[in-house]
Amino acid sequence: MNRIAPTGLRIGLLGLGAALALTTAAIPAPGAFAQDAAQLVISVKDHKFDPAELEAPAGKPLVLRVKNLDPTPMEFESNSLRVEKVLTGNGEAVINIRPQAAGRYDFFDDFHASTTKGVLVVK
Amino acid sequence: MIAALIIVFREVFEAGLVIGIVLAVTQGVPRRAVWISGGVAAGVLGSCLMAAFAGVISQAFAGSGQELVNAAVLAVAVVMLTWHNVWMARHGRELAAEFRAAGEAVVSGSKSVAALAVVVCVAVLREGFEVVMFLYGVLATEGATGLEVLTGGIAGMLLGALVCAATYFGMLTIPQRYLFGVTSFMIALLAAGMAAQAIGFLEQANVVLALDRVAWDSSWLLSDSSILGRVLRTLIGYNDRPTVMQLTVYCATLAVMFSLMKLLAPPPRGRHPVTA
Repeated sequence: MNRIAPTGLRIGLLGLGAALALTTAAIPAPGAFAQDAAQLVISVKDHKFDPAELEAPAGKPLVLRVKNLDPTPMEFESNSLRVEKVLTGNGEAVINIRPQAAGRYDFFDDFHASTTKGVLVVK
Repeated sequence: MIAALIIVFREVFEAGLVIGIVLAVTQGVPRRAVWISGGVAAGVLGSCLMAAFAGVISQAFAGSGQELVNAAVLAVAVVMLTWHNVWMARHGRELAAEFRAAGEAVVSGSKSVAALAVVVCVAVLREGFEVVMFLYGVLATEGATGLEVLTGGIAGMLLGALVCAATYFGMLTIPQRYLFGVTSFMIALLAAGMAAQAIGFLEQANVVLALDRVAWDSSWLLSDSSILGRVLRTLIGYNDRPTVMQLTVYCATLAVMFSLMKLLAPPPRGRHPVTA
């Protein structure tokens, strides 16, 4: 009984090590991926997206740069695009979006969901 | 105020579910209150630290720092939940039988609580970070109305604590002889859900690119952002638009956990373990 707990612990640590190794080994990927991606920029001022509607090509990965010009933090979120990210006040974030089919995709600031809404039109 | 209550409650409530489950699982383990409240405290402290360094974290790793931190933290929780379940499969039954008698078992019991304290810390950290960011933003800029929002925030946290208590007492109604099986199963689903969520963050960071096709879209039936959707997301890892990779990892986590539990479970002859 005494000998088993360390075994369990060793398995736990192995798993943890593997998870970390996997994460670090794979980090160079973003740069290579971003090259053929369509670049988009959006800013937030007074809790409003500008522009409130973005256009993007279908079937291409997208890189959306969000600039928060408000002093308050925000959380960029979209259920349909499967992204969520917290931005500091006056902060910037890069949001990677997978190739999407044509359609309209809503996004919003989760901290100010009633005022800060936008839509990405993919065609 | 209501908006703040809703935002804070939504975050706190997921942590509340996890803490409620952990409390039920550690029923009867000595000093569990110390461990679990320690986990909560560490999570709150971590949230504040993460919020303080949010800008730095965000810019790290080509702008994917936040996703990678989220994924790493979730991975730690998955490992801890797995370790707990495997350990309980090994010792759980003897533990329940001779809890107060065997001093050794009590010491080992605390080891398993430590793993779960880490899980609690992770749950609080992940949800707490967003709460801290939100409340900080309100307090920093909105002055007088800030107080009202803060009140809403505190009310949200109290409601979250209620969820925690409801989960705990709800689980205590499960008859003792089923409790072990039910909790192992719940912890396995919790871990699988967290693993799939970690993959979601790695996908968002463009680290995991394989099998990124969305397997199905059930948002018309049950949205991730609805109350029930959120409960199920925390408890079983429900996702209204999972990718094939997330499904794969979800199943793999369950498979690995149950195989380890089976592999390391005491052989059947050890029905009456001899105390060394």
